[in-house]
Amino acid sequence: MKRPIRVLVAKPGLDGHDRGAKVIARALRDAGMEVIYTGLRQTPEQIVATAVQEDVDVIGLSLLSGAHNYLFPKVAELLKEQGVDDLLVIGGGVIPNEDIQGLKDAGIAEIFTPGTPTREMIDYIKNNLKR
Amino acid sequence: MFDKEKLARISESKKKWEENELTKALNRAPEQKEEFKSGSGSIVNRLYTPEDIADIDYEKEIGFPGQYPYLRGYQPTMYRGRTWTMRMYAGFATAEESNERYKYLVDQGSTGLSVAFDLPTQIGYDSDHALAQGEVGKVGVAIDSLKDMEILFDGIPLDKVSTSMTINAPAAVLLAMYIAVAEKQGVSTDKLRGTIQNDILKEYIARGTYIFPTEPSMRLITNIFEYCSKEVPKWNTISISGYHIREAGSTAAQEVGFTLADGIAYVEAAVEAGLDVDTFAPRLSFFFNSHNDLFEEVAKFRAARRLWAKIMKERFRAKNEKSMMLKFHTQTAGCTLTAQQPDNNIIRVAMQALAAVLGGTQSLHTNSRDEALALPTEDSVTIALRTQQIIANETGVTNTVDPLAGSYYIEAKTKEIEEKAMEYITKIDQLGGAARAIDLGYIQKEISDSAYQYQMEIESLDRIVVGVNKYQVEEEAPKGLLRVDPLVAQMQKKKINEVKECRNNEAVAEKLQLLKKACQGTENVMPFILDAVKEYATLGEICGVMREVFGEYEQAVLL
Amino acid sequence: MSYMKLIESMLAGQKRACAKLITAVENDPKEAEKIIREIHQYTGNAHIIGITGPPGAGKSTLTDKVVKALVNEGKRVGVIAIDPTSPYSGGSILGDRIRMQDLALNPNVFIRSMGTRGYLGGLSKYTKNALKILDAASYDYIIIETVGVGQSEVDIVKIADTIIMVMVPGLGDDIQSIKAGIMEIGDIFAVNKSDLFGADRTATEINMMLDLTMDMDRRPPVVKVVAVKNEGIGNLIKEIKDHMDYLKESGKFTERRKNNLKLEVVELIEEELRKIVISHTDKEERIDEEVIEILNKNKNIYEVRDEFLRALSS
Repeated sequence: MKRPIRVLVAKPGLDGHDRGAKVIARALRDAGMEVIYTGLRQTPEQIVATAVQEDVDVIGLSLLSGAHNYLFPKVAELLKEQGVDDLLVIGGGVIPNEDIQGLKDAGIAEIFTPGTPTREMIDYIKNNLKR
Repeated sequence: MFDKEKLARISESKKKWEENELTKALNRAPEQKEEFKSGSGSIVNRLYTPEDIADIDYEKEIGFPGQYPYLRGYQPTMYRGRTWTMRMYAGFATAEESNERYKYLVDQGSTGLSVAFDLPTQIGYDSDHALAQGEVGKVGVAIDSLKDMEILFDGIPLDKVSTSMTINAPAAVLLAMYIAVAEKQGVSTDKLRGTIQNDILKEYIARGTYIFPTEPSMRLITNIFEYCSKEVPKWNTISISGYHIREAGSTAAQEVGFTLADGIAYVEAAVEAGLDVDTFAPRLSFFFNSHNDLFEEVAKFRAARRLWAKIMKERFRAKNEKSMMLKFHTQTAGCTLTAQQPDNNIIRVAMQALAAVLGGTQSLHTNSRDEALALPTEDSVTIALRTQQIIANETGVTNTVDPLAGSYYIEAKTKEIEEKAMEYITKIDQLGGAARAIDLGYIQKEISDSAYQYQMEIESLDRIVVGVNKYQVEEEAPKGLLRVDPLVAQMQKKKINEVKECRNNEAVAEKLQLLKKACQGTENVMPFILDAVKEYATLGEICGVMREVFGEYEQAVLL
Repeated sequence: MSYMKLIESMLAGQKRACAKLITAVENDPKEAEKIIREIHQYTGNAHIIGITGPPGAGKSTLTDKVVKALVNEGKRVGVIAIDPTSPYSGGSILGDRIRMQDLALNPNVFIRSMGTRGYLGGLSKYTKNALKILDAASYDYIIIETVGVGQSEVDIVKIADTIIMVMVPGLGDDIQSIKAGIMEIGDIFAVNKSDLFGADRTATEINMMLDLTMDMDRRPPVVKVVAVKNEGIGNLIKEIKDHMDYLKESGKFTERRKNNLKLEVVELIEEELRKIVISHTDKEERIDEEVIEILNKNKNIYEVRDEFLRALSS
């Protein structure tokens, strides 16, 4: 059955910079996806509960505050705990290269750093869905 | 600016030039683009001539520095009299480490301190709060109680430095802590100089570190205005910020329009609270962004200065000249920094800094090259500071006041930005003021539209970003980035526990109870916050009491 | 694909199963049929509330407060929040949840966002399927927050027991200018942001409009609320319950549900018939050809209808 890709664009933590998250939400919409945007200050628990209820295909995490090494793996961990394995988790923001491998090991499929064209992210999502 | 006859002659010559030289040139080689656009996307003409500024009255609209409408500067001698304050925003991890950095900066010739707080502090949570996990000490210093503030300014005489604190929702609490430290140093409050950002409206719009709903937030702000006008007269009680509006993706005209609309809302709130406009308006200050388009930015600063002067004089009937002067701090645009080829950022910052100086800034922060990657290292901060020192000492741009004035392009552009900004202000007035326009999501929507367009231009190569969508190279991952010790959170928690053991807990409870009553009533809450702070009530405890009474803000998002 | 396992888990209260079933019924009518056949016996128990009104009226905030009030009474509440789908890209941004995110972790609350996906009328085509899943998952109340199009969202009457029409002072349009037929669907009027200037006028206008409406067994109440400050929500909850009591006592509850089911069944029959007719007449293109005949005045519309129907009997 052909259905639109559903993506949760989430801002974990206390970081209030949502320019990137909003730009991405719009770009994904313009690529024909259904984007659930939940606003600022989401806990990993809220993000996972939302992803489950909305039955999204993708969670996109955006964070610029430097707390990614704590918050991103926490989301992946909670998904695992709840047995959710058909969901692609990606992240973006101010993330030093040397952190990327660790985040991937923790279950974040891909990290998009500043300057990545939205097209690239859209293609990545389309080619890597887990459903 | 020119008599009619002369203008007619110029117009005539221009026509001839277009027919002859220009046509020939275009026939030989067409221009590289059909349309040339500014950094903010407005059309830029091929050439500006006296025709473009024909209807500008020099004496009324341009005038002289230190004279209404202050287009050419708020002060007659500008940098000939005093160089701008080179104020580097810094602060990370713990109060102890930040204190060391401040001492280093003062030794290097920095003439003002600028404190960055971590996110839990900015949102009124102690370091041991559940929501603070992973964030303690990350984007600035963690302050939980007066104890941390004492450590932060240890050995720094508060009567000798001016301190800028980037703090908004809990600004009253941090200011109270600063006052308490000063008292411990034996410095009387009338000697304190500095700024708190204290601009909640742009937090709702663009920066996101809000706590309380609009109404109580505006009350806190007017309480601070009132308190400081009596007790801390040299303190700049608010820094009305366009910086973050621009970072969120606005255009230059939107930056001016939305920032001044916020300014109008603060003045209205204070006037409504019974304050005389001339008692607090001289302490209002502004904070702008300096982006890539050099001339557009210079025009923007000048436009903001002239428009604010008119607003204060005509709309608020200010009498004191100081109420009409727009003084501003500038930071170079963080959003223009690229993670690719980070050394290129040094050049970007230099030109943005130059724009701020040509636009007449009062103080300046220059970003460091590595800020798109992580917090800046000491080396990068030094280069950024040296950039300012080179502009001040070597380029000669400080020798004369407002050097670009009278440029056909700059004056036309200044006018254009002023007019566009005024259109936004009118629209916001129609919606019922800035606070209401924010509740409706109008301002946020306008900004995110601009941000989206900007991004699409980059992706379609209509906008070139060197190293990102053109002139790319394979690069190795940068090394030696600054990292915040993950143990910081534990150290902070330990300090909180120690403070809670040593302080008089009964007194704390009593002061918090009194604060709660004050919040429920209508009196000025500043003295109550100060009392609680002095007993070492924590930031989280104080904001917790206020959260209980005021509730929390709910974000408006339109996409 | 068999859905038995998912249905069992959904009935046992597992949110993930519930979400997966909604995805299935939202996307594919064939899958929906399989599922709804199985769960039908568990449906029909929830009180279905529609929250509708013009954009900017604060529907999401009001929904959030109503959900919280009901949850505080120990009720289980499901929410379906609908946002428009872009006609250009087929994508959408579903942002109504923002207001309700502190309910995300509440075990008694389930929130689902849906795009209209080209369907007019304020809902998505399969909203009622999703509703059935939540109904079977034993949510006591199911709240449907419609798209804020203001002028055309009457479809909510086909699925809700109680419709709350949210109005707000100073949105520019007078009540009178709202299209006839829209105001009439309200069972309860909530004047939100009633701390703003003009709230009394808005309430008066609604009352005047109600005075003009004939044939009313029950006059819809007008409740003033300030959703952001949680003011007036208690009254609103009381009116919601009173409305259900009224429906049951007056026999309208069964009448409404019967009508709605009838509409649904007729719709299903029509859809199937249409498919059958078309499959008997060489597919869709035939219609296009016949249309040209009509356009050129060679045939009239009834002749063409009859031809198609004749194909069925042959």
